[in-house]
Amino acid sequence: MHTTRYEAPGTIADALGVIAANPGAMVLAGGTDLLVQYQSGMRSPSAFVDVKRIPELMQIAADEGGVTIGAAVPAAEICAHPVIRAWWPGLVDGVRLIGSTQIQGRCSIGGNLCNASPAADSVCALIVSGAVAVIAGPSGQREVPVRTFAVSPGKTVLAPAELLVSVRLARPAPHTGDAYQRLIPRSEMDIAVASAAVSLTIGADGVCSAARVAIGAVAPTALLVPDAAAALVGSRLDADALERASAAASAAANPIDDKRGTTAYRRQVVGVLTRRVAVIAADRAKER
Amino acid sequence: MSSAPQYTAIGTRPVRHDGVDKVTGRANYGADLSLPGMLFAVVVRSPHAHARIVSIDTSAALKVPGVKGVITGRDVPLVDMKLGLGEGAMDLKDMSDNLLARDKALYDGHVVAAVAATTMAAAREAADLVRVQYDVLEPVLSVDRAMEPGAPILHDTMTTQAHPPVESSGPTNVAGRMELKRGDVDKGFAEADVVVEHVFRTPTSHQGYIEPHACVARVNEDGRVNIWTTTQGPFLVRDATAKILGMDAANIKVTPSEIGGGFGGKIPVYLEPLAVVLARMTQRPVKMVMTRDEVFRGSGPTSATKIRMKMGAKKDGTIVAASASLYYEAGAYRGSPSGAGAMCAFAPYTIPNFFIEAYDIVVNKPKVAAYRAPGSPMAALATESLIDEIAGTLGLDKIDIRLKNAVKEGDKAPFGPPYGRIGFHDVLAKVRESEHWKSAKAPGVGRGLACGFWFNAGMSSSATVTVGSDGSAAVITGNPDIGGTRAAQALMVAEELGIPVERVRPIVADTDTAGFTEITAGSRVCYATGMAIVEASRNIREQLRARAAKVWGVPVEETRWEHGRVVPVNPSSERQPLTVPEIAAKFVKTGGPVIGHASVNPPMAGPAFAAHICDLAVDKETGCSRVVRYTAIQDVGKAIHPSYVEGQMQGGASQGIGWALNEEYIYDASGVMQNAGFLDYRMPVASDLPMIDTILVEVPSPGHPYGVRGVGEVPIVPPLAAVANAMADATGVRFTELPLSPPRVLAQLNGRA
Amino acid sequence: MSKLHIQTVVNGEPSEFLCAPDETLLSALRNGLGLTGTKEGCGTGDCGACSVIVNDRLVASCLVLAAEAEGRSITTIEGVASGSTLHPLQKAFLQEAALQCGICTPGFIVAAKALLDVNPDPHEEEVRYWLAGNLCRCTGYDKIVRAVLDAAAEMRSAQA
Repeated sequence: MHTTRYEAPGTIADALGVIAANPGAMVLAGGTDLLVQYQSGMRSPSAFVDVKRIPELMQIAADEGGVTIGAAVPAAEICAHPVIRAWWPGLVDGVRLIGSTQIQGRCSIGGNLCNASPAADSVCALIVSGAVAVIAGPSGQREVPVRTFAVSPGKTVLAPAELLVSVRLARPAPHTGDAYQRLIPRSEMDIAVASAAVSLTIGADGVCSAARVAIGAVAPTALLVPDAAAALVGSRLDADALERASAAASAAANPIDDKRGTTAYRRQVVGVLTRRVAVIAADRAKER
Repeated sequence: MSSAPQYTAIGTRPVRHDGVDKVTGRANYGADLSLPGMLFAVVVRSPHAHARIVSIDTSAALKVPGVKGVITGRDVPLVDMKLGLGEGAMDLKDMSDNLLARDKALYDGHVVAAVAATTMAAAREAADLVRVQYDVLEPVLSVDRAMEPGAPILHDTMTTQAHPPVESSGPTNVAGRMELKRGDVDKGFAEADVVVEHVFRTPTSHQGYIEPHACVARVNEDGRVNIWTTTQGPFLVRDATAKILGMDAANIKVTPSEIGGGFGGKIPVYLEPLAVVLARMTQRPVKMVMTRDEVFRGSGPTSATKIRMKMGAKKDGTIVAASASLYYEAGAYRGSPSGAGAMCAFAPYTIPNFFIEAYDIVVNKPKVAAYRAPGSPMAALATESLIDEIAGTLGLDKIDIRLKNAVKEGDKAPFGPPYGRIGFHDVLAKVRESEHWKSAKAPGVGRGLACGFWFNAGMSSSATVTVGSDGSAAVITGNPDIGGTRAAQALMVAEELGIPVERVRPIVADTDTAGFTEITAGSRVCYATGMAIVEASRNIREQLRARAAKVWGVPVEETRWEHGRVVPVNPSSERQPLTVPEIAAKFVKTGGPVIGHASVNPPMAGPAFAAHICDLAVDKETGCSRVVRYTAIQDVGKAIHPSYVEGQMQGGASQGIGWALNEEYIYDASGVMQNAGFLDYRMPVASDLPMIDTILVEVPSPGHPYGVRGVGEVPIVPPLAAVANAMADATGVRFTELPLSPPRVLAQLNGRA
Repeated sequence: MSKLHIQTVVNGEPSEFLCAPDETLLSALRNGLGLTGTKEGCGTGDCGACSVIVNDRLVASCLVLAAEAEGRSITTIEGVASGSTLHPLQKAFLQEAALQCGICTPGFIVAAKALLDVNPDPHEEEVRYWLAGNLCRCTGYDKIVRAVLDAAAEMRSAQA
């Protein structure tokens, strides 16, 4: 089936109208997932609704309380934004890893979230930063924590008539640092075989007072791992605490065998990544 | 002993003549041609790895608006003959069946029908509507399975072509077997102080050229056929198309486009005959371009292999015995490079007792095509890993053990003839002298050394050289320029005629214009086509002497050629020398245009030996690894244009590194390829590799005017083992199965812990 | 399915073409405008042979819809040279022999130009990571990276 319409609405209301009028329409931001799926025949939308002419979806708004990132803002712009770089280097770690420079010129966190791949590079860091998805629909606006946005591979909580508008992050507490790493076979270009993000708050006494750990590509969705966080809270990130966090991450993983990795491999490596990422997050926390 | 010849052009690094077109996007590749009224054709491919084709219903496809023609196997008769393909002969019947399946689909991706329409969208829509009824059969997906009694048989008329002959009983998947032997291996092993044996496995991997196959065909009202195509062999396309379609080759003109990579994979013919049939049927030009998915599933990767090899040595490192069984997947039709693998496996070393048997085995995967030194890299993985292990066990230096056994001039090659002048010892000496070998390893880094051998082809070539009245020259051949051969050809003419290389125009011509030339492959263009060019140029020198003699009114014996000009033999003569431009200015008066041509069919070029050093950083917690330093050392005979020789070494090394670390065809249990794209068929990217240092050794090959040896293929032979040996050094674990992807490496490291 | 009429700027020149709603920018450039310098190597954004610059951003044109070109400015390989003067990158690729078959070369030159437009003094690792989305199978990247570094140096000294 061919996609027979291309629309480029200029406002959220217009976009919602086009979506309502075209059952089977799909939103086009960077197209780096959608167009690949279209060419392969995996998806056949009735219409492409290009949202890149809508200001709210293309801007980054920062103030004292936090940052709101438009759903269609390209990764290259997110990674260059001074406030995002200062407050969430872990998010930048993740976003910067999506694809190549060419992909970075187009891909968005909106697309990353809505594609709902368990291996999405921006999602783990969004989760540990407590990010919230802002959604517009026929009955108004609603918010959903990013942690619960994806339901299963390819499926999200978005209703067919809804549009993801932006992602909001509240300014992190003082002495908080985050980090993200993924395991890929080459140095670039691959889909994550396993990944982990950690956000830590470290007190002046060097003790971790708060932590969040999220793992990716090892379950149907990215997972928040409370047990891993608990292993770090109250510790000085000593070897024993790191080992317990690592083990908790491996235990929480529920991976599959596929062309990119085996179950055993993913489970083992996600623990290694959790440990390494926690160390980087702690170093960043101490710098703030 | 005379000193090395001094050249004025050979060995310099001019900008290549086709360079400006290529850096501005103006150069035209296979998919870049469009003709008025052109149709677009797509093929329908079997989704099953092994199936009988029961029926094909094209009626719904024909009804799609814009569709002008649909063909199936019924429309192309099968022929039964052979065609010489340069690095291996191929049965035309097999090639024809591979182009378009008749009774059976033999691999996931096998073409079963083709559709031509006025737009790509219509062609694709129609292709989806072609209804094929399959009787799905159990696929054979490994050499082990193929050889099991009771395994499904791909071809029910296949018997084993074996040398020496074997008693055949019934149809088999073993298409061929050969053996090579010397001495008494059992006695040799009994005398050895240390014996090692492993089974090695390498995956199906693809040449990975960035340009997919593409062509445009037009059939004129008088039956003359024009084909524009990206190919390594325009004459091969012409002859194969002619024979497969039962046409006269004289009626087919093939114009080679620029070619976006080949490495052997653009020798076979996949699209052109189909495009011609559709063009003839519709009386419109037809364009066919493969998608990347189709390139992986429907062209010719190289063989997956299983190699059992055993080697025995004395305490001092002398190899006294070696045996090997090579099992190579041919894909759906006979013709893997197992024989070449057998000939290369022990070629670098003098081994008094050896036995090698090589099996060519069909499986339900795409028919393999040549891939840069076909057959040799896999065999070298085995040989060089065993030597590495023996050296480690005996506490011997990795270079010394090889020097102890390395072949030199006069030694008999495993495949028969004695080696002429070769440079293996020189290459090994350069390893020891290299900065890389002398440098300390960084922590966490393993270092591997491995060597390799390739024959390098001869084969037929022609060349025409013309001199213009301004003293410039053109050199015309039928060899597509994959890696900078135009520049090398121009340098040869410049050297022979003593004119500046900028005033030489190298031209790759079509099959109507160029003299017959075999393919651009086999590392043979600088060698064989080069010989033709040199011969043609020297013929021109003789003609120039005759013209000068006419100008002076003397017999030609009183003239002499002296680099770019003709001089009188008699030094006291008052006549001034005449330069090429000066003689050329008088062409019309002295007899007309000056053209030289030559055709050659030389024996194999001098063999090439290489040694590579690889430093590999291994993360033992994740199994990930990265090449952090790499040096390629090779005997190149004579580097005509050193930059492009270096380029061949660097490119071959990177392909080998990718093959060793991450590249493999991944199949599911039903034989469907799971990673037919560049995302999951993981070739090295720029951030995966360091600078690749090259050391060129020049031991001139006798038999070529400049001592040229083929250089393009041997660079892919050492890297598989160089990387594997580096991994062994880094981890203490011997890996015998490629690729060394992180999950496989970590599993092995865990197992050992 | 009726076609869209798109008005855009390509290599500094106002251009227009008709395209299907689902056609890619790569196809519109090659088939609609006859600019065949941009190549298709994979169609899935993994090889970089289709690299172009859209409104100052390096993108893979196989993953941009032709319709999105409306009102935007596109630079292709055909627009890199200035009239008859080759860009320093083009000269460097020729001098350093940074191409063998040449199919990936247009994509690399456009991608490298985008790099030097934002970072005039990259070091080797930065060059390699920026170009990780451009596949080359012939060269092993060595001479390509050297050519980019050389061109960068030449452009910096020309500015000085």
